[in-house]
Amino acid sequence: MTAGNGRRVGSPYAPHTDADEEAMLDAVGVDSAEDLFDIPGEVRFDGEFGVDSADEQELRNAMADLLSRNEELTEFLGRGHHAHYVPALVDDLSRRSEFLTSYTQYQPEIAQGFLQVLFEYQSMLVELTGLPVANCSMYDAATALAEAALLANRLRRGASGHRVLVPEHLHEGRLGVLENYLDGAEMEIGEYPMDDGAVDVETLADLVDDETVMVYAETPTVRGVIEERLADISDLAHDNDALFCIGSDLVALALLEEPASVGADVVVGEAGALGLGTAYGMGLGIFATREEYLRQVPGRLVGVSEDSADMRAFTLTLQTREQHIRKERATSNICTNQAWVALRTAMHMAWLGPDRLVDLATQAVTDARDLAARLDELSGVKAPLYDRHHFREFVVRTDQPAPAITNDLAGRGFAVHALDDHHLQVCITDANADAADGLVAAFEEVI
Amino acid sequence: MNFDQARFSRDDEYEPLLSEKDSTTVEVDSEGVLPDDLTRDELTLPALSEPQLARHYTRLSQMNYSVELGPYPLGSCTMKYNPSFTEDVAADPNAGVHPDRSDRTIQGTLGLLHGLQEYLADIGGMDAVTLQPPAGAAGEFTGILVAKAYHESRGDDRSEIIIPSSAHGTNFASAAMAGYDVVELPSDDDGRVDMEALDAAVSEETAALMLTNPNTLGLFERDIVDIAELVHDAGGLLYYDGANLNALLGRARPGDMGFDIMHYNVHKTFATPHGGGGPGAGPVGVVEELAEFLPSPMVRETAAGYEQYEPESSIGKVHGFAGNWLVLVKAYAYIARLGDAGLADASAKAVLNANYLASQLDLDVPYGPFHHEFAATSGDRDAADVAKRMLDYGVHPPTTKWPELVSQAMLTEPTEVEDKASLDDLAHAFNAAYADSDEALETAPSKTSARRIDQVSAARNPRLSWRALGDDE
Repeated sequence: MTAGNGRRVGSPYAPHTDADEEAMLDAVGVDSAEDLFDIPGEVRFDGEFGVDSADEQELRNAMADLLSRNEELTEFLGRGHHAHYVPALVDDLSRRSEFLTSYTQYQPEIAQGFLQVLFEYQSMLVELTGLPVANCSMYDAATALAEAALLANRLRRGASGHRVLVPEHLHEGRLGVLENYLDGAEMEIGEYPMDDGAVDVETLADLVDDETVMVYAETPTVRGVIEERLADISDLAHDNDALFCIGSDLVALALLEEPASVGADVVVGEAGALGLGTAYGMGLGIFATREEYLRQVPGRLVGVSEDSADMRAFTLTLQTREQHIRKERATSNICTNQAWVALRTAMHMAWLGPDRLVDLATQAVTDARDLAARLDELSGVKAPLYDRHHFREFVVRTDQPAPAITNDLAGRGFAVHALDDHHLQVCITDANADAADGLVAAFEEVI
Repeated sequence: MNFDQARFSRDDEYEPLLSEKDSTTVEVDSEGVLPDDLTRDELTLPALSEPQLARHYTRLSQMNYSVELGPYPLGSCTMKYNPSFTEDVAADPNAGVHPDRSDRTIQGTLGLLHGLQEYLADIGGMDAVTLQPPAGAAGEFTGILVAKAYHESRGDDRSEIIIPSSAHGTNFASAAMAGYDVVELPSDDDGRVDMEALDAAVSEETAALMLTNPNTLGLFERDIVDIAELVHDAGGLLYYDGANLNALLGRARPGDMGFDIMHYNVHKTFATPHGGGGPGAGPVGVVEELAEFLPSPMVRETAAGYEQYEPESSIGKVHGFAGNWLVLVKAYAYIARLGDAGLADASAKAVLNANYLASQLDLDVPYGPFHHEFAATSGDRDAADVAKRMLDYGVHPPTTKWPELVSQAMLTEPTEVEDKASLDDLAHAFNAAYADSDEALETAPSKTSARRIDQVSAARNPRLSWRALGDDE
């Protein structure tokens, strides 16, 4: 059966004409493509899945209908996963097919464009963290944290134990991933307590010992608190020969203390807030570290070299760390990564430039402070719960049951997260700031 | 085919770096916002106008090859055409929800995820599928963790994973990350699993055998039923690496072959763009007995609608949230567009294309018959040099020097999206490059944006940021 254009009905993306197919079968010496399937009869599948082929237009409409079952809510949600306004330039240029449909840059001469973008991405991470080595992406903040712990363990093989210390306020997704990654390395996780939303440094001091290979702290924390004692935590870690790892994000890093200056050995975190949007949790993990740990870094690195015309050129480098060469002795199993998201993030960072990036970060502090103050004026509401500096988000204590409040807010078009019976978390960025008045008004109605 | 890649250059460099165009240091003044000691003093980043950026990135895009420019026959990578419409579907504003939204308010998202779970289960002959792993290697790791949890739940402590020497490097790395010792399995003379060696390798220590079928030489493991029986009899599980699933759609299912666990590379088989190295997605399918161990959350359909749930003995999490959602949307759209008939046809054309291309080469192509890929050998010529020369004939070369079973291997996978004319061009590029002089090979490429790049010096003197470049000059 053929369609009007002379192509057989089947995959709309297989361009063969009947005549082509005949000629190719002749050249191969078979009667039919079916003859080429060297599959024993006993495992041959002759059934159907029951999925009908769909017309493109029909399918686009059907999928739009399906996705429109999502309620249109203005989201004041964060907990470590944030959305900022993404400039049109990012959508437009990142979708150029030369970027979008290219592969990993194993032939660098024909992939200079993407390699340079990734080099520039790495470079901007170096500027923001102060650490000289950044890889060109991990899957998300959770996997980046887990890889950091594995790196610390490789570097500290001589330690008497293999413990990683993490805050009790750690996002459950990050904790869950960490547990799975550490299991195979026979490492363990210790939790240290928080005090009013920040690290309880004195208690942490009692927990860090020579069994500790890494101390991890976040700024801002999953509850939006800016950590004030990073240098003290760093000293605790280093006094015990443990690595100090900071979890953050690119917007926060533009304003807050430079990780290198407070002793960070590794910086991980989420970068998708620039360039990606919420994307139902899809992300981009950042990973930066010191020069001396270069050969233990997981994932891909782009470096500078020269070509035979003596011109500067870029290439993937130090690949002997990677699984396609080192196999089970690789620093990580990561292969396919988040390169295209890194490209979008780099474009967004470049579009903002240093001024607007710092402004965006400053706004994340002031907007959170202002919104908390407005909510705090409502009776039966305390905001923020912690007497700390906040970045983008904060915890709200409510006299009324929090789940009921989130439910009622959803009925008024707003999504807010209930932490437990009497605590909510609210997150504000430039993506939802213009709806702050509406949120406050809705709050007033539902409490 | 004539091909010259764009090249933008100034002095001794190609398109200048953002930092060279304009780098600005701003002082961070946090007065009234945060105490001074909590903030940095200054920040240095490029500060370009939007038109300057548009030009920079457009120029860079023109210095990059992609599947929309021409054939991209990298073996085991399945660089097929990525339909435009799936991009629009993924860009639907309703697709961009936050992962903390309540189930009731995101029925569209959950419905799509549920639908994709079902599609993939049907295609693979599996009983349950998780969509959480963000890449194929993450899928392998997840699958091995599931196998481990299964054995442990039975009080069975096993220490080894068996992997054929020709397998993808990620198999080895994923097994090691999960804490297993790797037992490497040699291939037999016809490029397939050596049954005697397998028999000797399998023991009560075997947690699983990881297998790619068809394997990385494009050969179907015809003894698969015996292989499954051998591994199962020893109490081990059979893991299917989905990298080569494009060759089997609608004709064989891993579940029917005796595989207990598999991952799907949706960026290969289901045409989601590779994005220059990612994101992909590596959903994992399992048989009924293993479903309770899958990562949380899964999506199920109830009378009240779709909901997320945690499987009874879940291994927990392998991604902070639900994985690479935008990639999953595109995979769903692709499968729904092609349906049974389209998927089966894609496999037929992919296999026909591989065999046709192999038949047109002057290079020796050992083994066979092939499924969707084959390893040609450049014999006494350096495969990497032949590959560089192929760039001058306007095509992206195949994967070189892997798998090691074939010396000077050129692992080639044209996929179903090349027509005969394109395959003839590819064959011409292979044959012409192979026949060119030593000098032509060693000085290639000349039509790409950059000439031959010195990769040794890049590794010997790592310069990984523009700061490092500054130190150097």
